[in-house]
Amino acid sequence: MINFLILPILIPFLTGILLIFFAKNVSLSRWIAGISSFITIIVSALLVQKVRVDGIQTLDVSNWQAPFGITLVSDMLSALLVLTTSIILFTCVIYSFKTISKEQERFYYYSAMNFLAVGVIGAFTTGDIFNLFVFFEVLLMSSYVLLVHGGSKIQLRESLKYILVNVISSALFVITVAYLYSVVGTLNMAHISVRLSEIGESGIVTVIAVLFLIVFGLKGAIFPLYFWMPGSYYAPPAPILALFGALLTKVGVYSIMRTYTLFFLNDKDFTHQLLGILAIITVIVGVIGAIAYSNIKKIVIYNIIVAVGVILFGVAVMTPESLTGSVSYLIHDMIIKAALFLLIGIIIAITGTSDLRKISGLIKRYPGLGWTFFIAALALAGIPPLSGFIGKLLIVQEGFKEEHYWGAGIVLMSSLLVLFSIMKIFINGFWGTPQAYKDEEAVPVRKLLVAPVILVIISVLYGAGSEFVLPYISQAAETLSNPSIYIEAVLKE
Amino acid sequence: MKTNDIILQTTTKVVVFIIILFSIFIFFKGHYTPGGGFVGGLLTSGAIVLLLLAFDMKTVAEILPINYIYMTATGLLFAVGTAAGALFFNVPFLTHAFGDVYLPILGKTSLHTATIFDLGVFLVVVGVTMTIIQTIGGDE
Amino acid sequence: MEIVMAFVIGILFMSATYLMLSKSLLRIIVGTGLLSHGAHLLILTMGGLKRGTVPLLDEKASAYTDPIPQALILTAIVISFGVTAFFLVLAYRSYQELGTDNMERLRGTEGND
Repeated sequence: MINFLILPILIPFLTGILLIFFAKNVSLSRWIAGISSFITIIVSALLVQKVRVDGIQTLDVSNWQAPFGITLVSDMLSALLVLTTSIILFTCVIYSFKTISKEQERFYYYSAMNFLAVGVIGAFTTGDIFNLFVFFEVLLMSSYVLLVHGGSKIQLRESLKYILVNVISSALFVITVAYLYSVVGTLNMAHISVRLSEIGESGIVTVIAVLFLIVFGLKGAIFPLYFWMPGSYYAPPAPILALFGALLTKVGVYSIMRTYTLFFLNDKDFTHQLLGILAIITVIVGVIGAIAYSNIKKIVIYNIIVAVGVILFGVAVMTPESLTGSVSYLIHDMIIKAALFLLIGIIIAITGTSDLRKISGLIKRYPGLGWTFFIAALALAGIPPLSGFIGKLLIVQEGFKEEHYWGAGIVLMSSLLVLFSIMKIFINGFWGTPQAYKDEEAVPVRKLLVAPVILVIISVLYGAGSEFVLPYISQAAETLSNPSIYIEAVLKE
Repeated sequence: MKTNDIILQTTTKVVVFIIILFSIFIFFKGHYTPGGGFVGGLLTSGAIVLLLLAFDMKTVAEILPINYIYMTATGLLFAVGTAAGALFFNVPFLTHAFGDVYLPILGKTSLHTATIFDLGVFLVVVGVTMTIIQTIGGDE
Repeated sequence: MEIVMAFVIGILFMSATYLMLSKSLLRIIVGTGLLSHGAHLLILTMGGLKRGTVPLLDEKASAYTDPIPQALILTAIVISFGVTAFFLVLAYRSYQELGTDNMERLRGTEGND
C-alpha cells in the first residue's frame, strides 16, 4: 500500500474531526481518543518496521512528481519520532481521563490534542519546506487552544505572550522560505539540498542558515531564544505540559537537525560552529535554571532546555556517531520528559503546590510514585543501564574525538548537575517527614500512575535493549550523515 | 440600544440573496478560473455578517439555526474524505478523479472530485468565520 | 520595481516592529498583521516580479509567471487570517478576565522564587 505513511497523520486527523461531533458525550470521546491513539501507535510501529525492511518510504501527494508537488518522506528518523509521538499522545490521553475536568473535556479538549498530534507527526513526515511551515502552524494553532484550555487568568496571560512569540517566528519562517526560494527556486527538501550543493559556499546561503536557526531555535528554545518558555510552559495543567514539553520543542530540534544535515553543508566552519556554541550556552543556561529554582515545574522545564542543548551539540559535531547519539538522546528525552511531567502532575495534584519547600515525605505514603520518579530521574541524567546513557556517551565521546573539548566537557558536567537538580526534587519532596495535604484523598494516584509507568517502562526497555534498538537508530543517523540516501529516495534518480 | 435602521434592514433583505448567489457563482467558477471555496465561503459569511449587522443575533439564529462548529467539522470531513478516498484506489493521497459526463439539462459537464473538496473548504471557511464573529460579538 | 517593493516591505516591517514594541495589546495585534503582510510581499518579490500569462493553460505564450509564490502567499494569508482572528478573540477574552490590555501589567512571576 503506497499510502501507508500518511496513516499516522490521517488517523489523528479523522479522530479530531469526529471528536468535534461527539465532544458533548465525554465517555464516548474518551473511548474514541484512547482507541484511535492506540491504533496510531500500532500503525507507526508497522511504519518503522517497513522503513527498516524496505528503506525510505516516499509519497508524492496528489500524484505530482517529486520536485514539483509536495512529497511526504518517512526515513528512519521521522518514522521513529512518529512512533514516539504517538506513544506520548496515547499516554497523555489516558492520563487526561482522571486529571482534566469533564467541563473542560467537553470543550473539544481531545480534538485539540489530536490536531496537535497531526501537526507534530506531519512536521516529522513532510519532505517539503513550505509544507513544514503549514504543519508547524497546525501544531501551533492546537497548542494555542490547549494552552488557554480552562481559561484561568495565568493561562490567558501567558498564552498572549506565547502566541506573539510564535506569530513572529512564523513570519520569520515565511521570510526565510522566501529567501531560500529566491536562491534555489524549489521547495522540495531533497531538491533544495541538490541545488544548494551546486551553488557551493555563498553569503546568502549562510544568512538563510542563520535565519533557519533563529526560526527553529525560537520553537526549540535554544539560547538566546528560550526566554518565552519557562513562563508559558508554567501555565497549563500537567498532561498538556507533558505534550508541549515532550513534543513541541522537539519539533524545532528535529527541524534544525534536518536542515543542518541536509541543506547547509558548504559553510560548516561558520554555521555548525555557531550551532555548537549556542548549544553549549543553552546547556549552561538550562543547568543554571534547573539548579536555581525550587519550583518542581520550573526545574523540569529548564531540564528541557538542557536536553535541547545536548542534542544540538551532537548535531553540531556532525560525525555519524554523534548524530546517532543525538537521535538516540532525542527519542529518550521525548519519552522521559513526558514521564517526568506526568509524574510532577501527580505530585502537584496530591500536594496542591509546586513549591518544593512545601512538600516532603511523599515516598512513605506513595511508594509507587516515589520509585517511578526515582527511575525516571536516573534515566534523565543518563545513568548507565537506563536510556539516555548511550546517546550522551556517543555525543561526549565524539565531541572529544573531534577536539571540541570545552563543549564535550560541559555536556559531561551538565549530566551531573541535571542529576543534582532532579535529585533535589526527590530528596526534598519524597524524603523527610510525611505530612498530610488538604485534597490528597480525592487524587486517584494509582490510576494516574498508569501513564507515567508505561513511559518509564518504555524508557527502561529502550536503555536496556540498546542492542536491539541501536540498528534502528544508526539507520536514522546514516540518512542524516549521508544526505545522498535521502535525496535518491525522494527524487528517485 | 435601539436605532432606526429600516433602510439597512430593507436593503439587507434583498442584498443578502444577491451576495449568496454571487458566492455560489464564484464557488463553481473556481473550477477552472480564479474563485473557489475559500472566496465563496468568505462571501457567504459576509452575507451572514450583514444579516447580523442589520438584525440582531437572536433573529439571525432563528433564521439560520446552524451550529457553525459542526459545520466546520462537516467541511473538514468532506475535504479529508475526498483526499482519503484515494486510499481505496491505491493511488497517492489527495489524488483527484475527473471526467466528462452528459447531464440531462446541463449538457456536457466536467465533474471533478475537487469540487467536493472545495465544498469542504467552503463549509470550513463559513463555519470558522461565523464562529469567530459569534464569539466576539456574542456579548455586549 | 524590486527596489520599490524592498522599500515597501522595509516600511511594513519597521511599522510592525514599532507597533509590537508598544504596550497596548491591540497595537501589538495590528503589528503582527503588518508583519505578515510584509512577509507575504517579500515572498512575491523574491519569486521574481515579471509579467506573463497563467502557466500551462496557454502553450503559445512567451512568458509565464511563477505560480508557486502566489500559492505560498495564499496559504500564508489564510493561516495568518486564522491566527490573527484567534489572537483577537483571545485578547478580547483576556481583557475581560484580567481587566487590562497593558502588557506592562501582564508580567508573571509565579514560581520564580
